[in-house]
Amino acid sequence: MRKLGHQKHYYLMLLPGMVWLVMFSIVPMFGIAMAFQNYNPGNGLFKSEWVGLDNFKYMFQLNDSKTVILNTFIIAVGKIVFNLLIPLIFAILLNELRSLRYKKLVQTVVYLPHFLSWVIMSTIVIGIFGYYGVVNTIIGMFGVDPKLFMADAGIFRQLLIGTDVWKEFGYNAIIYLAALTGVNPNLYEAAAIDGANRWQLIRRVTLPALTTTVVLLGVLSLGNVLNAGFDQVYNLYNPLVYSTGDILDTWVYRLGLQNLQFSLATAAGLFKSVISFVLIFISYRLAYRYADYTVF
Amino acid sequence: MVRNKTLGSRTFEIANIIVLGLLLISCIYPLWYTFCVSISDKSAANAGLVTIFPIGFSLSPYKEIINDRLFFNSFWISIQRTVLGTGLSLLITVLMAYPLARPKKDFKARNAFMWILVFCMLFNGGLIPWYLTIQNYHLLNTIWALVLGGGVPVFDVILIMNFFRNLPKELNEAAVVDGAGPWSILFRVYIPCSIPVLAAVALFLSVYHWNEFFNGLVLMNTSDKYPLQTYIQQLVVNIPVGTNLTPEQYKKLSELSNRTLNAAKVFIAMVPMLVVYPFLQKYFVSGIMLGAVKE
Repeated sequence: MRKLGHQKHYYLMLLPGMVWLVMFSIVPMFGIAMAFQNYNPGNGLFKSEWVGLDNFKYMFQLNDSKTVILNTFIIAVGKIVFNLLIPLIFAILLNELRSLRYKKLVQTVVYLPHFLSWVIMSTIVIGIFGYYGVVNTIIGMFGVDPKLFMADAGIFRQLLIGTDVWKEFGYNAIIYLAALTGVNPNLYEAAAIDGANRWQLIRRVTLPALTTTVVLLGVLSLGNVLNAGFDQVYNLYNPLVYSTGDILDTWVYRLGLQNLQFSLATAAGLFKSVISFVLIFISYRLAYRYADYTVF
Repeated sequence: MVRNKTLGSRTFEIANIIVLGLLLISCIYPLWYTFCVSISDKSAANAGLVTIFPIGFSLSPYKEIINDRLFFNSFWISIQRTVLGTGLSLLITVLMAYPLARPKKDFKARNAFMWILVFCMLFNGGLIPWYLTIQNYHLLNTIWALVLGGGVPVFDVILIMNFFRNLPKELNEAAVVDGAGPWSILFRVYIPCSIPVLAAVALFLSVYHWNEFFNGLVLMNTSDKYPLQTYIQQLVVNIPVGTNLTPEQYKKLSELSNRTLNAAKVFIAMVPMLVVYPFLQKYFVSGIMLGAVKE
């Protein structure tokens, strides 16, 4: 009886959160119906005409959709790969430092960019790579003509991946550094007595200690292959680089809120949500099976 | 760590110090650069001459900002949003985390709620349905659209829940024996025991609210309702969406900006983060670890 009494309180505690969740997460899910309608804001969700899969068919016929999906995939995969590798290398280098004060200083500073928004960061990136930016000033000193980096479709993806990795590498390294604190120092000593040099110590002791973490992070990032980073792209791109820089999220934004094609934008959004959902589900399954990782 | 003083080892060490030093500079340089541009002479800054040190000296952008009503207005909206959003989310998150941290025999419906939460974390209706929903609630142009529109921070609920679950069971039992009900156990035992994780979550929430620009852009119709990041975004980054932009036009557009003034605004927007950051550093590191490693 007493336990049932407590359960009542538990429901009460969950109430505000659940109301919020229903209002702002679950109710919008019903709006997905729009993707299968020819939605007309005047008629609303209940009176709009149903068109089945027409919006999806139309979406895939558009040239933009193929470009956008390809761009999203390339940018996201690039970010995943380099956001795994660069922090790994950084963590290993940091782990090799002897001066603890220097180590602490480096760590403190490299976390910082993560906490600044892409709005702030892109103003800085544009300041540095823009036509009148530092990079052009410097190459100008060597007699090279200034380039419009931000408007060059050929390098826009590399710029996106590069700046994202630069912004996040310190933050992403935290988890590797934590894994390294768990390494038994005896391992290093034993290996050194066996005559291992610095490089061999890194290869035989440090790297194996990080393998599981890398694999786990890699598996978990599978769900992000369609998340190329709206904030970053939206704040850095311009019509000149749509061909290589436009991603699903920015496309949905332009279709939906700027061109007011509600149904088409919802269909494109749903396409992304469903694929991401399936991938995340698979990745959590894999993480559980191979690394014993559970969310809760 | 073993020290072997071979030549190779020393070379590596020096190279390592230099490489890490360069990385360190690369992370601090943008802040420095922004600051330098903001206090430099206007024409030098616009011509892109500022690289390492400010050229000339002028505080006129800062003087101009002092009279900019719209800037302070958006600053104030951001503060309100961050305080309200962080406080509300933290309270609701903690309230949800406690029941979900109970063992299943104490709270039978636990797993059902858990699945709803996880489903909502992984799947969403997408941009347009979300926008229309908020429009239907008549929240557009209100601070509540910004505070509530980001949704329930389910990930933070799970983070706190995992922390609660790892607190010793005896804590709960002892409190029950002393006659405490769920509310006093939560507020007088569990919360005081969880300050580090709550601080980490509060930090994540406030960083989110301070940095978020998109909800402000989409959900607010007039620029006097924009939070700071949206205000800056509109000011600095926004290049008009035209389909037939040529590289020359793009160049013209980037010439138009008043770089010293913009840099000063960006710099001021960074200041709150820079001030708070050193105090919270230890908390966010522990917060990430909680999210990553369990038991």
